[in-house]
Amino acid sequence: MAKYLILIYGDEQQWEAMTPEERTVHDAAHGAFRAAAGSRVLGGHELALVPMSTTLRTDGAGGVTTTDGPFLEAKEAVGGYYLVEAKDLDEVLELAAKLPEVHAAHSGVEIRPIVEHE
Amino acid sequence: MSVDVGAAVAQAHRTEWARVFATTAQMTRDLDLAEECAQDAFAQALATWPQTGVPERPGAWLTTSARNRARDVLRRESSFRRAMPLLVSDEAVPGPEDGLDDDRLRLIFTCCHPAIGRDAQVALTLRLVCGLSTAEVARAYLVQEATMAARITRAKKKIATARIPYRVPAPDQLGERLSAVLEVVHLIFTTGHVAPTGAQLVRRDLTGSAIRLARMLHLLMPNDAEVTGLLALLLLIEARADTRLSESGRLLLLSEQDRSRWDGQLISEGTALLTDALRRRAPTRYAVEAAIAAVHVEAPAWEETDWSEIVSLYGVLLQLWPSPVVRLNRAVAVGFRDGPAAGLDALAPLLADPALATYGYLSAVRADFLRRLCRWGEAAGAYEEALTLTDNEVERAFLTERLREVQAR
Repeated sequence: MAKYLILIYGDEQQWEAMTPEERTVHDAAHGAFRAAAGSRVLGGHELALVPMSTTLRTDGAGGVTTTDGPFLEAKEAVGGYYLVEAKDLDEVLELAAKLPEVHAAHSGVEIRPIVEHE
Repeated sequence: MSVDVGAAVAQAHRTEWARVFATTAQMTRDLDLAEECAQDAFAQALATWPQTGVPERPGAWLTTSARNRARDVLRRESSFRRAMPLLVSDEAVPGPEDGLDDDRLRLIFTCCHPAIGRDAQVALTLRLVCGLSTAEVARAYLVQEATMAARITRAKKKIATARIPYRVPAPDQLGERLSAVLEVVHLIFTTGHVAPTGAQLVRRDLTGSAIRLARMLHLLMPNDAEVTGLLALLLLIEARADTRLSESGRLLLLSEQDRSRWDGQLISEGTALLTDALRRRAPTRYAVEAAIAAVHVEAPAWEETDWSEIVSLYGVLLQLWPSPVVRLNRAVAVGFRDGPAAGLDALAPLLADPALATYGYLSAVRADFLRRLCRWGEAAGAYEEALTLTDNEVERAFLTERLREVQAR
């Protein structure tokens, strides 16, 4: 078995613009994903919007600077993630295809294998 | 070493590499180690066959030799190997029921997995399934050997790290995945059929590899109409390969080729496969393309080509595969059926298509129609445009000759 991180990317404005009805359908799709994945989901959350993020970097003089906002400014942001366990990539691809973000025009998911350190 | 043994090993390399490598990879679950052991088996053959004679079943001999070598290495290096990511394959699970449980199929589906980029799919297929060396693959695609080696290494690493399975896809995914495999085989063939750059018109190493791949797929999946259609297409095009150049190396058009030298054996094999593909289910993309190729090879002379049939087959193809290149080919056929003026009209809507903006054949076809209409100045302009869009030297020589002809009028 191996672990993968499913990163959910999309346009936050479009996520924000969902009507309550659309949001209900969206949440139900995530429920269906979790139900289908069962114990293969090891974790996962929706993330607060990018403007809520805080970035820490070196100040180049041995200290740290704290700034408001994301590490990288981009139109598409990570809106959430799942950590899943599967026997191979095909199993993850099949599961991830159930996520509603895969079917909306402005969003998609990226699958990254987890590097295990013993 | 006798010439015979050298030839037998070379022949075995062409026909048995995929089986030897794929079976060894299934055992080692490590592509690099499998490559090492398969290469070693062929080296062993060169060393021992001169004494022992060529075995009755070279493929079985080579596979056994590669697997023995792999077993030795694994025993010696087991602790080291365990630390590396391994190919994921399900040995315990029987393969799909309809006889698709074959290591060569596992291998080609892994090499053409959609999580691998198209260029890397092609490179991996030529390297691992066809057994071409990295230098040969690099030469075929005119990139530096180091660049190609890096591309192949990265793809192999992705197979291991992302755990792209060494498996024939499940029935519900098989159709889509098989399409990707067939596209790779078709792409290898078309790259070889008219090499994009360089001195040679045809790269026989690539067309030959593509045909061997298609034959292997057909052997393993004889009931698949799309596979049958692709093999039919490749054979019907390959049948004309020897007549595409004059003795002085000039490009010969279909109208100028010596039809008596077309390969009758490939034509009858291709036609029989096409009939079988069309009988199995509604026409697929490759079967329709093969049908078009069949209309050409069945015409006893250029003048007797059934252009109406070809135009209507391109119409069917457009439904299955609505590509601008198919529209262009249909316009060409219209030009031969109804005359160059009608051809130009059919071409007109394609001139603004951005997908064809740098497609040299569009300019060359337009030039030919204009030439046949005696519109010399415009024809010259179109030939000049076509010349800026191809780097194949044989094509350039042909276009230059035509340009001089129309400029002289």
